[in-house]
Amino acid sequence: MAKVLVVTSGKGGVGKTTSTAALGAALAQTGEKVVVIDFDVGLRNLDLVMGAERRVVFDLINVVQGVAKLSQALIRDKRLENLWLLPASQTRDKDALTDEGVGNIIADLRTKFDWILCDSPAGIERGATLAMRYADEAVIVTNPEVSSVRDSDRIIGMLDSKTVKAEKGERVAKHILITRYDSARALRGEMLSIEDILEILATPLLGIIPESQDVLRASNVGSPVTLNNASSAPARAYIDAVRRLMGETVTMMVPVERKGLMNRLLGRRAA
Amino acid sequence: MISLLRLISGRTASAPVARERLQILLAHERGLRGQPELLELLRAEILAAVSRHVVLDPEKVVVRMERGKQVSTLEVDIEVPNDLFGSSRKRRVTPDRHAPSARAS
Repeated sequence: MAKVLVVTSGKGGVGKTTSTAALGAALAQTGEKVVVIDFDVGLRNLDLVMGAERRVVFDLINVVQGVAKLSQALIRDKRLENLWLLPASQTRDKDALTDEGVGNIIADLRTKFDWILCDSPAGIERGATLAMRYADEAVIVTNPEVSSVRDSDRIIGMLDSKTVKAEKGERVAKHILITRYDSARALRGEMLSIEDILEILATPLLGIIPESQDVLRASNVGSPVTLNNASSAPARAYIDAVRRLMGETVTMMVPVERKGLMNRLLGRRAA
Repeated sequence: MISLLRLISGRTASAPVARERLQILLAHERGLRGQPELLELLRAEILAAVSRHVVLDPEKVVVRMERGKQVSTLEVDIEVPNDLFGSSRKRRVTPDRHAPSARAS
């Protein structure tokens, strides 16, 4: 059965789009049929991070308004044949999205894909609420920094009240994905630790993505980091996160860049 | 280990401060969720109750809530026209958090 997963955060610039692309590509590499949807209407970027910016003809809004068919708007990845992108509109504003329109598209995609990844815009406005509206699961991207943790807490509150699942009395399965983590700084007490963040947010951990130059390098060339350099530290962390999403139990650790540095085993398990 | 590193670097760790500030803030914000509706409800009911006895300008009724660490205060500010009491005065009702009924001051 298809799973709808929203990648959200509240705060901007924490790595939602990077994470959507990386998780989507890693899921597709396991053989799952995946579509990633950009909900950031007016400020689309998932196409750019995926390297498909020159292939966008129709978008999400065109499909919502019946101007284009879903099959016309879907862009197939050039590297992975079971990875697809549904881009956002760059010219329209977020009010062009309707609850009913998004609901119809998600229902249609559920019949065609195994995973539907919704890349949420920042904020708590219409685009963000519609991106989470039909979600079965949520990845809350959080930086080890006070404003990001506060916004994640707010988003968790919304996932528990404003989604279709919540309204039916069910629960959206929530996972914290910590990005831009610097274990050395955390060890020196300069950065919120994983334990601090998880205790404050009271939500299980999906993965820890280390701060790394590989992330920028991958977005520069328009390739999800999991495809661009699968052996890099952030890619390995995303691949582990995907295995956990698929139900595997994988020991939680922070992959490190340099050789000789022992991986920090945290001994924590994802729920 | 952590304290040893701190001793060497000569810097104090800021993460515990971040953690404490977040815990206090989020405890408040979680309690505040849905509160705009509560304040609006209180305002409407107080307005209705007072209006039965005094002619009021609905715009002049202000209901505020402030959350403190130990106690919170509910402040109700009602401006009443002069001609009703003969002199210019403002009635302020500030109920205690635990008191079931309003206490005029």
